[in-house]
Amino acid sequence: MKARVHVMLKNGVLDPQGEAVRHALGAMGFDQVEGVRQGKVIDLELAEGATEADVTEMCEKLLANTVIERYEIELV
Amino acid sequence: MRAAVIVFPGSNCDRDLAVAFEQAGFQVDMVWHKDASLPEGVDIVGVPGGFSYGDYLRCGAIAAQSPICKAVVEHTERGGYAVGVCNGFQILTETGILPGALLRNAGLKYICRTVGLKVETSDSAFTNAYNVGDVIGIPIAHHDGNYFADDATLSTLRDQDRIAFTYTENPNGSVGDIAGILSENRRVLGMMPHPERAADEGHGGTDGTALFRALSGVLALA
Repeated sequence: MKARVHVMLKNGVLDPQGEAVRHALGAMGFDQVEGVRQGKVIDLELAEGATEADVTEMCEKLLANTVIERYEIELV
Repeated sequence: MRAAVIVFPGSNCDRDLAVAFEQAGFQVDMVWHKDASLPEGVDIVGVPGGFSYGDYLRCGAIAAQSPICKAVVEHTERGGYAVGVCNGFQILTETGILPGALLRNAGLKYICRTVGLKVETSDSAFTNAYNVGDVIGIPIAHHDGNYFADDATLSTLRDQDRIAFTYTENPNGSVGDIAGILSENRRVLGMMPHPERAADEGHGGTDGTALFRALSGVLALA
């Protein structure tokens, strides 16, 4: 089993890297971009029997810092 | 008086911190991150600056899960003193010992220079040798020093007089210009600027020595 974890800064937390990307896209002429948020994707290879609850615990304890980040788990 | 300085792979301010403690009269033990316990009788733990575990995942995230950090959490839960500088501050927030988090600098650049810090409280073992409102010059050297906490946490920090230092000119986007904060029992300090790099005439400034002197004054009586 595999799990894909998406980690994003929470809304309202400044994302200077996303802002720099937005600025660069604007400078390249992509005027249609109004905002950019940058995050992380973490792929986990899981042993048989692993559950979504296990992945949630991993996110809460290590993969995301829930003070500033939110996460979504996708089981594939 | 005994201090323990934690050494992670990638720590680079551990010796500076140890020297600052020694100059203030502490006996210092260097403690490796894989150790599961602190030496007996440690009065204060120093979590140094650097790039523990290469800053992988998030600054301080992996270090916060190391065996020694469990011992540091237990030490602070027992009312023990601790100070985290720079990466050490990031580690203390990742362990949950201190609230909030450190984000990438708002200007995206690594900043390495001496900045002005305003002392916001003298009510702690770390800051009692300063006066509230004193402005001291202390070096910063960080890429992720942009302190963030939600509004409720900020109100709590303000109401409980737990903001130790603010920047006179905000270099990194930190909310409320915050450079350093205290734990609720006032025995844990986390700060991005490096007082141990302003603790010797050779450093070009000695505004940091008062912090270590204050600590030794309080802990000598403990």
